[in-house]
Amino acid sequence: MTRQMTGAKMVVQALKDQGVDTVFGYPGGAVLPIYDEIFQQNAIRHILVRHEQGAVHMAEGYARSTGKPGVVLVTSGPGATNAVTGLTDALMDSIPLVVLTGQVPTFMIGSDAFQEADTVGITRPCTKHNWLVKETDQLSGTIHEAFHVATKGRPGPVLIDIPKDVQFANGTYTPPAKADLGHYQPRVKGDPETIAALVEALETAERPIFYTGGGVINSGTRASELLRELVDATGMPITSTLMGLGAYPASGKHWLGMLGMHGLYEANLAMHDCDLMINIGARFDDRITGRIDAFSPKSTKAHIDIDPSSINKVIKTDLPIVGDVTHVLEEMLKLWKQRGSKVNREGLQKWWARIEEWKAVDCLKFKQTGPTIKPQHALARLEALTKDRKDRFICTEVGQHQMWAAQYMGFEDPNHWMTSGGLGTMGYGFPASIGVQIAHPDALVINVAGEASWLMNMQELGTAAQYRLPVKQFILNNERLGMVRQWQELLHGERYSHSWSDALPDFVKLAEAFGAKGIQCSDPADLDDAIMEMINYEGPVVFDCLVEKHENCFPMIPSGEPHNKMLLGEASTKDAIGTKGAVLV
Amino acid sequence: MAPLKIKKGSSKHSAYNLRSNFSDVQERHTLTVMVDNEAGVLARVIGLFSGRGYNIDSLTVAEVDHEGHLSRITIVTTGTPQVIEQIKAQLGRLVPVHDVHDLTVEGATVERELALMRVEGTGEKRVEALRLADIFRANVVDSTLDSFTFQITGTQEKVDAFADLMRPLGMTDIARTGVAALSRAS
Repeated sequence: MTRQMTGAKMVVQALKDQGVDTVFGYPGGAVLPIYDEIFQQNAIRHILVRHEQGAVHMAEGYARSTGKPGVVLVTSGPGATNAVTGLTDALMDSIPLVVLTGQVPTFMIGSDAFQEADTVGITRPCTKHNWLVKETDQLSGTIHEAFHVATKGRPGPVLIDIPKDVQFANGTYTPPAKADLGHYQPRVKGDPETIAALVEALETAERPIFYTGGGVINSGTRASELLRELVDATGMPITSTLMGLGAYPASGKHWLGMLGMHGLYEANLAMHDCDLMINIGARFDDRITGRIDAFSPKSTKAHIDIDPSSINKVIKTDLPIVGDVTHVLEEMLKLWKQRGSKVNREGLQKWWARIEEWKAVDCLKFKQTGPTIKPQHALARLEALTKDRKDRFICTEVGQHQMWAAQYMGFEDPNHWMTSGGLGTMGYGFPASIGVQIAHPDALVINVAGEASWLMNMQELGTAAQYRLPVKQFILNNERLGMVRQWQELLHGERYSHSWSDALPDFVKLAEAFGAKGIQCSDPADLDDAIMEMINYEGPVVFDCLVEKHENCFPMIPSGEPHNKMLLGEASTKDAIGTKGAVLV
Repeated sequence: MAPLKIKKGSSKHSAYNLRSNFSDVQERHTLTVMVDNEAGVLARVIGLFSGRGYNIDSLTVAEVDHEGHLSRITIVTTGTPQVIEQIKAQLGRLVPVHDVHDLTVEGATVERELALMRVEGTGEKRVEALRLADIFRANVVDSTLDSFTFQITGTQEKVDAFADLMRPLGMTDIARTGVAALSRAS
């Protein structure tokens, strides 16, 4: 049976048929017909944001915490250009999004019409794929294909640009089952011979390490289960990138903590000295590798990734396996068990003994002394007071607080940690926390923020208040752009060019102005009570935590240095970064 | 905790110096890419090359299957072996791309380019141009009393050689198509 309907109705019907329950958006001239259809139904909930960038980050938070694609609806021109940062963020972190943009009518395209922008042109490099739909008959099929492309293979954001006349015109609706999904069918099964070679290497390795990333999370919860089984059965150490936290539990016996520029001492040294590195769904990012020619010089490297372009992009891989993490781990486990579940016990024992020595350095050690709250202490207390809650989700903005959150908070499950990894988008965390809370209304959603990042999308306080979302904004307020300040201290002769937050608002009054609760805390003695007050309040809270202003984030691998040249604290920072390292970011 | 002592200026390499693990030899490869013939597909391919800093020496594109909406893009590019592999993988993950073949490593190929050249002159120069065209099997496709337009097909090297000869003989204009290539039948 063919069904005739308008393009606008088709959009709503296609979203329903794709199982979409929530759309984050902002209306405007070029999407009015779609908004009119949204008005006349109740199956899809529309969340009105305060800025289109916020809509995209909310959809990212929604997608990361549910594993389902996030959906955004914005208007043409500025609506679309405001979405660009979020799209780029989602592309870098492989987050599935379907973004619908309005466009001027087809007969006005190219005429510099009001609110016209070349949306598909602008978003081509920051989407996995995008479409301009010029005929209503093509619209529903394109939406179904968009969901397919966004979620299959390495996930990513896609965009559909829909001219206003296409929304008004009538056309034939194509249901998902009948849609032509094109030829996009990424390979998910790994090469059996390379998997066998990796299992053999696993059996004999003296100093193995699992290095896992966001690909494990994206592959689904089954991937995390398989990872846990493999790591615990082999007894091998595991570290993870910022994106992969939670795939293996922080309380797990074999957990070394995060690796990379601000990763843990034991994790980075183990990466440097290992003889077998098993990269599962990570991409050898420059925050991870440090200096390339000195990266883990003695190891055989295996790399499991669904995206063939990740393999050999940065680091030469000995055992490349293109495939979905779940499939490959299943095959690996099966084969390893078939062959008798062997490991090099003697080698592993010595390896763990060395790792224990590195752990004994206690690289995250700090002392809370004096009348000012240390940011590490604030997060350690937040962790202690919330870690028992299985429904705790943590988002972050970008900067020192983000690294401290990754260091001092423990993640037990996948999809409970939302942070902007690849793009490093300040202003990500607050809207992301709203997206998470929408998807999990009863959960404890906390955004660990810095005051500078948080101000970048603070208008979303209106969204949080409107939908009575009890998101907790835990702002570590040092009145500085902390990470910028830290680099200026280490690299630019302590000339703190524009890295302080002047003219800050009174965050308590600001929260109250939006109808939210504001809490300020500056005394370490009051901290626990204040945090509990925040958690127990049934509504949005802005927590202004005044912290030590000049605290630096350690450990740190200085730019241009390998893993074994980590800085552990203030005493080791003098002249740590050479002139060559200074040109890096 | 024991501080690590790091000497000033000890970083010898930039973290963006990503090629150190790989060979530095620049290679020239001819890639052929089958794509859906849809709006923006060429922009996607070109944007990929400019956005990631790859070279395009030559690019040829035209629809080859009208019913199947397929176009063939032939790209000649240069880069280290690692960069060439990246280019292929990056092209392969574009959604409208059906397949990518590296003709340079996949055995014998036929590569041809077509060029049109206008050569203006009279007397001995005009006769010499015609004589050389005959040697190169270039055809005269347009003529006035004081000019010829030659059409030549062949490898890029042959077209280059012919253009080098025509320049002193009065070549005023040249148009080249870029390389089209197919693997040889086995």
